[in-house]
Formats: sequence, C-alpha cells, structure tokens
Amino acid sequence: MGNQSLTVIGGGLVGAAIAYGAVRSGIHVRVLDQGDTAFRASRGNFGLVWVQSKGHKLPRYARWSRDAVTRWPALQQELLQLTGVDAGLQQPGGFWLGFSDAEMKARCALLENVNQHGGEVPFEIMNRSKLVQYLPGIGQAVVGGSFCPMDGHANPLMLLRALHAGIICRGSEVISGVEVARIRFDSEKQEFETFSGDGRSWKSTRIVLAAGLGNARLAPQLGLNAPVFPTRGQVLITERLKPFLRYPMNKLRQTLEGSVQVGSTSEDVGFNDGTSTERIEWLARRAVTTFPALAYARLVRAWGALRPLTPDGYPIYQESSSCPGAFIATSHSGVSLASVHCFVIGAWMSGMAERPPDFGVFNGDRFANSK
Amino acid sequence: MTTNALFSIPESSGHDMVTIAFEGRNLTVPAGISVAAALLSNGVSDFRSSVVGQAPRAPYCMMGACFECLVEINEFPARQSCLISVQDGMRVRRQLGASAINIKDEL
Amino acid sequence: MTVEIADLVIVGSGPTGMAAACEARSLGLSVLMLDEQAAVGGQIYRGIEVASLPRTNILGDDYAAGRELAANFRVSGATHLGGAVVWNLSSDGTVDYVINGKSRKVTGRFVLIATGAMERPFPIDGWTLPGVMGAGAAQILLKSAGAIPTGSVVLAGCGPLLYLLAWQYFRAGIEIRAFVDTTSPSAYLRATRHIGGALRGWRDLVKGLKLRTALRQSGAAWYTGCSNFSVQGNGRAEGLAFSHRGCAVRIPASLVLLHQGVVPNTQLSWSIGAAHRWSPEQLCWEPVTDAWGRIGEAVIYVAGDSRAIVGARASAIQGRLTALEIGKQLGVASDIERRLAVLQRELRQHLHIRSFLDVLYRPLDEFRIPGRDDVIVCRCEEVTAGQIREYVELGCLGPNQTKAFGRCGMGLCQGRFCGLTVTEIISSARGVGPADIGYYRVRPPIKPVLLSELME
Repeated sequence: MGNQSLTVIGGGLVGAAIAYGAVRSGIHVRVLDQGDTAFRASRGNFGLVWVQSKGHKLPRYARWSRDAVTRWPALQQELLQLTGVDAGLQQPGGFWLGFSDAEMKARCALLENVNQHGGEVPFEIMNRSKLVQYLPGIGQAVVGGSFCPMDGHANPLMLLRALHAGIICRGSEVISGVEVARIRFDSEKQEFETFSGDGRSWKSTRIVLAAGLGNARLAPQLGLNAPVFPTRGQVLITERLKPFLRYPMNKLRQTLEGSVQVGSTSEDVGFNDGTSTERIEWLARRAVTTFPALAYARLVRAWGALRPLTPDGYPIYQESSSCPGAFIATSHSGVSLASVHCFVIGAWMSGMAERPPDFGVFNGDRFANSK
Repeated sequence: MTTNALFSIPESSGHDMVTIAFEGRNLTVPAGISVAAALLSNGVSDFRSSVVGQAPRAPYCMMGACFECLVEINEFPARQSCLISVQDGMRVRRQLGASAINIKDEL
Repeated sequence: MTVEIADLVIVGSGPTGMAAACEARSLGLSVLMLDEQAAVGGQIYRGIEVASLPRTNILGDDYAAGRELAANFRVSGATHLGGAVVWNLSSDGTVDYVINGKSRKVTGRFVLIATGAMERPFPIDGWTLPGVMGAGAAQILLKSAGAIPTGSVVLAGCGPLLYLLAWQYFRAGIEIRAFVDTTSPSAYLRATRHIGGALRGWRDLVKGLKLRTALRQSGAAWYTGCSNFSVQGNGRAEGLAFSHRGCAVRIPASLVLLHQGVVPNTQLSWSIGAAHRWSPEQLCWEPVTDAWGRIGEAVIYVAGDSRAIVGARASAIQGRLTALEIGKQLGVASDIERRLAVLQRELRQHLHIRSFLDVLYRPLDEFRIPGRDDVIVCRCEEVTAGQIREYVELGCLGPNQTKAFGRCGMGLCQGRFCGLTVTEIISSARGVGPADIGYYRVRPPIKPVLLSELME
C-alpha cells in the first residue's frame, strides 16, 4: 500500500477524525480544509458524547453510538499522549430532563424501545426527588429525568485541535484555505484529482468527502448522493463559573473550563448562521428554568452554527460504486462519533479494513428520491 | 494585600461622603465616584485573581471594556467596579477566580 | 413586549452622539440616546457635567469645551437613557439593550453608532500586573473622580493623549518620575513629510508644541526613542525597564501608565456583518461606509472615532453631518445643503493634522506584535503570543481559528483587548497582510449580560 494516498475534503470533526484514523492506519493523508470564516459546524457542536435515545428508529445507529462512547477513552488517551492536547472527555453519565409527566412517559417508552431492538443502553428513569441528589439546584419546573451512565461530554474545539495536531504529528498534512471546486476521477489510473477554486490541484488514489454541507454539491461528482441541508442551532455560552454541575444534560452542560453551554435551537433558516434575539431570550429563559441560579450568570456569547442534516437525521457512510476508492461521510454527531470515525471509518476508508458489518443502512442511496 | 494607595482624591472636602466596606475595612469616599476609583484611592492595588492563572489583576481601562476590575459587590460576583458608583453601605470583596453561582436546593 | 420607535437611535453619548442628537433635534427628529455610562460625555468628556472648576482647569480648554455641548444636548429634547447596555443591533435598526436589569427593544428608523474609541492594547511583558493601566484610564480617574497618582508614576508610549495627561498632571502638581517616549527622532523626520497638512491645521500643531514645552519645563526625566519595554514586579508593578540609546534603563514605579494611541470601537459594526477595511496608516479596522457614514444599504450609520480616529471636535462635526444626512433621508424640509457645506469645511480644518499625527505617533511593531513568546495577548484567557504562533503552525489562517484552538478572545472582554494583536501576530507569522487575515466574528451579546436580564 506504499503508493496509496488519501485526500480528505473537510477538516472539521468528521473529516479530521477519519483523516487521523487513516493516518494511524499507515496511509499518507492530505486534508483539504477551508479558511477562517468557513461555516464549520464543528465550532457550533454542543460537545456531548452521548448515547441515550440515539437510534430509536435505526437500531444499527444505536449500536454505532454505543461503540463510539465505549471507544472514546482510547481516543482521548491517544491524542493526549501524542499531541499534549486534552480533548476534555468526561463520562460521568448524563441526564435528559423532563418538564411534564407526559414527556417523562414518552421518554421512558422511547428508551425501552431502543433496547427492545438490541440497543443495550442502560438507563434509569428518575423522579424529581432522586434527580435533586445528582443535580442540586435544579428548577421546580423539572419533574424528572432519564440517566444513562455511559453519557458524557468533551470539548469539541480541543478535540478538533488535537486531531489536527495528531495528523501533523504523524507526518500527514492539513492544507487550510482550500475551496474545493471539483473532483475528477481517472478510472484507468484509479486516480482522483481535486481542484481548488484558485487553480491548485492534488492527486490521490483515494478520496473521502467529509465536507459537511459541501457534500451535497460534491457527492454527485463521484456518483454519490448526500442530500444534506442546513439546520441552524443556536447555543449560549456563559462566563466561566466555578464548578457546580457534575453531570452534562441534553440541553445544558458546564464545560471543564467552567462556562455553561445552553443549547440548542433547531431552525430551518437556510445558510444563515447568525443569531436571533428571540431565540437567545428563549434559551436564556429555559436555562434559568432548569437552574434558577443561572439567572446571575453572564452570557458572553451566543452562537449560531449550521448542522448538516440528512432527511432522516442519520449519517451517510458509503463507498462509490462508480468511482471505487471514493467515500462519503456525513454526520452531525462529530463529537459523539469521533472515536469510531477515527478507529473504524478511518481504517475502512483508507483501505486498511473492510466495511463495518450491516453498514448498508447508512448508504446515501436511501435518499435516491429526495432532493 | 493593600499597599500605599496608587491614587488620591485631594478635592474630597466639600463633597458628600459615603462609607463602603472593602473586605471588612470601612472606606469613606466621595459620593458619585466609581467603586474602582474608591478602591484605587484607598490602597487596594489588586482587585481580583485571574480565572486561569490566579494572578492578581486590577483595573486597566476604566471604561467598562477590559473586565479587569471585577469585584464582588453585596455578594454578587464579578461586578465591573469601574461602571458602578459607590453607595452607602456597599460591601465589596475581591473577586477570586471565576464567579460562583449560588445553588439553593428547590425541593 | 412593546417596541419603542424613534427617528434616530444613537448609541454612545460622547461628542459624536451629543452633537448628532442636537442636530437631529434641530430638524425635529425624535432622538433616543443609549449609553452604558450613567452620565453623558463619553470618555473624552467624562464627568463633564459635574467636574469642579479646579478639576476642569487642570484638564484644560479642550475638556471644558465639552460642557457647552453637554448643556446643549440636555436642552435639545433628545431622550437620554444612561446605564443602558446595548447587547444586540440588527441591520433593520432594532436595538436590544438592558436597563435596570431588563432587556428592552427600540427600533430606530435610523441608528447611529457613536461608540468612540478605546486605547490600543499595549501587549508587553508585565502589562497584566496591578499598577499598570492605560494612560486614558488614569485620565478617566482624573475626570470622573479627581483622582491623581500618589506614588512614583511613569508614563510610557506615544500619542497626543499621553502628552496631554503629562501636561494635566503637571498642572495638578504631580511629579512624573519619567516620561518614556517611544517616538524616535526618525519618526519626526518621517512626519515632516506631512508638515504641509499639519501647518494647515496649525492650531492643533501649536497645541501639541505647547504640551511638549510644558513637559520639558516640568523637569520630568524624558527619554525618547525608547523600546524593549518590560514592566517588572512581583504581584504588582514595581518598575519599568526599557532600552534607551542602547542602554538598559530601569525606572522604579508603582504606577505605569501605557498608551500608544486609540483605535475605533468596532464591536457594533462588526456585529452586523459590516465590511471593514484595515487602515495601514492607523493600524486598525475601520467600518466601510459612504461619505456620510452609512454602512452598506442598512439604516445604520457610524460617525466619529468609531468610524476612524479623528478626535473629539471632528467627531462632533461628523455626528452633525450624519444627522443632517439622516434628516434628508427622512425628508425633513430644511436648508440642509448650506449647513452641510459649512460643517464640511469645518471638518476639513480638523483633519489636516491627522496624517502628521499618524506618522509621528505610529506605534512600534514590537509593541503591537510581541516578539517574546511568553507575553500575554489575551488577558482574559491568558493566551500568549507564542501560543497564537503555535496555532498558526497547526494551520490556523485567521483569528476565528486561533480562537477555537486556544480560547483566545473567548473571555468577558469578548476580544476587545486581543483582537488587533491577534490579527497582526497571525499576519506577521504568515507573511500576509492584516486585511487578508480578518477579524473575529463578533456575535451578540455585544456586552456580557446576565441571563436574568434577558427574561421578561
């Protein structure tokens, strides 16, 4: 495989994790990344390393998420040792919070359903008085919650930096400021050539499209289908506070640095990654309802980011049949899935491992009729 | 701790004065001035410790932009002392590191 | 929530804002002014309505000139809301602000950003020590509280404000331990090429010479052409070390006042996505506007020092010009054209000196782009110049990426004190001009606000 080379288009969390995984499989990788003002869903990731309730409509995805959180500590350790960058993984278990009995009932049914289909995700439904033992200071409006001991969180930005540093440490390259215009496949030479808008080009024997929203445009050039569309998520970030929250919650977490993140909206606003005062105020109200003491925390930043969503919300992982050696990877869970993107997808897409079993469900062809 | 004051306010006489407490010490200062000015003219040279490195810090810009002048005022953490006027009876303390939020169990 | 509406919403109550308000009121427009400070005046006329006569005498005529403007503003009929923290501005003219612990909304048919300037960051070894502050900050203490230094004080850097403060301290009877001037003899030579303009603005030139003469006579030790600053001290400033004519000098001081000019406060204009240009003369970002200060096609204007540094008097005139232009847009029938012509002539008088000052007091590269890796660039998150360069080596092309990699700019000051430095460090490390490096994506809130303040 000495003459094999891989181009990864996209240096976000998905692209960087796959690229790093490919590098550690022994292949030379070139990551083509955009510049300073790219959309970068990675920068708007909420940072949960999460499994509870994942894949309730797709059991394979529940198992995939479960594998991911199980293998995260290995990634965290490896990156820390190699690069000195702490991706901030903490896995104390995590909570989903319910604000009505109806919500609690639906939640319980949903989590049971995941496990009836082989999810093997432990969970516990807690009433308010039990919840308070774990989350002192929780607001009156919270009636209960579900706890999963496998859940946790990490720092998406440090993870991204660690992956980039890891790729470079191991002798591969990240080229920043590249806007990919088109990709050509030479079937005789089994070679891909990627052209940037400013006239540069790079050749490789393999290629991975991990360009987030850019995948929608690039996939058809390689006989693939990725009808991803942007969903805006707004997030609030407070000043650093002394540690007071031991557990991450689905809508609120305290980072290792001390900031509290409050998330997240889900809006269909096209390619507008701005913020809106109505949503900021809504998130602020929800945060204070959840933890009344947060009333006196200061908001430092509100953030809007565009998540690349597929029509059914599940990822796309696929090799092109018309252009063998070309792969696509699209997921909006770049943090939760980072470990398997690295250890499993990276090895597969670099040609060092077979496709993982039962992965046909993640083919982009399932959206053949969607636009 | 406190040292010789970096500043003084010579024209104090003739002003209305108020008394504030800085970490238990009473300071009598002209009404209407900022908490930062009151502390700087009363021997307080470091206002807070930084969040990351716990290093001593003090006002740098005096116009509300740098957030170096943060102190605890009447138990509220991390107030901008350069933007807040002294009030009689105000209790001021150094801001040590990040703000703490006050969790009260709502059972 | 009820939304207020005004013809003109002005953010900032310095000379620009007050003059614009007076002019707009004279055209009959409804005006709402929002300002973070309780009282009007901005930083340049801070405390103008309450300063005692002795204090005003110490501060000088330029300061005293603000009194008339403030008085005119007070009787203009404009509504002034002090203690109002603007946290969001939308291109449609909606302004969200917090006052008395509650968020409120006002929609301006037009909005004027008049947020003035801030002192340029001065990132050197030891600049985070207590006892180190901006000369402008010390001047605010004088204006707002009559506070003067008691111990050994050193003034260091360059720029008109530094001379002015020295002169004011001299008049207040303060003995300055040393005046450490970074202006080199060669800067005077370079500046003489712009002497033509300076002579046309002779009033300003005379004023400057007067300050320098007074400073000479004060007997303060005056070192010129200094470089290589380092504030020394354990837990607080104990002295300033620097190089002077090839010699290492150390002056003991408990108070070190740094200054190297002021730069536009551009947070609001960045936040609405306005284009900004890098000014190679003033080494800072300036929002791109038309001749009247209008940003793009928006109903938002910017005037005074927050558009580009022009000084207090020129700022006031720009504020008036913008108000007149807005009056025209609103179809106010009045003899606007003649008034515009008069003001424009007056404005030119005040701008003659600018290029001379820009060249003479151009801050040195080493004081904008720290060479030492251990110098703190981001005071809030304690990120060093060396770390920024390390992130550039990892592939970061601009400040948003270095922010993501190292938290530089994520603290409570929201990048105000590191933004320019980071752009220039990246620029220098990559060998690419600052214009192509860019700036932080400024997002709301424009100033930190409590979560409770955002709840109805």
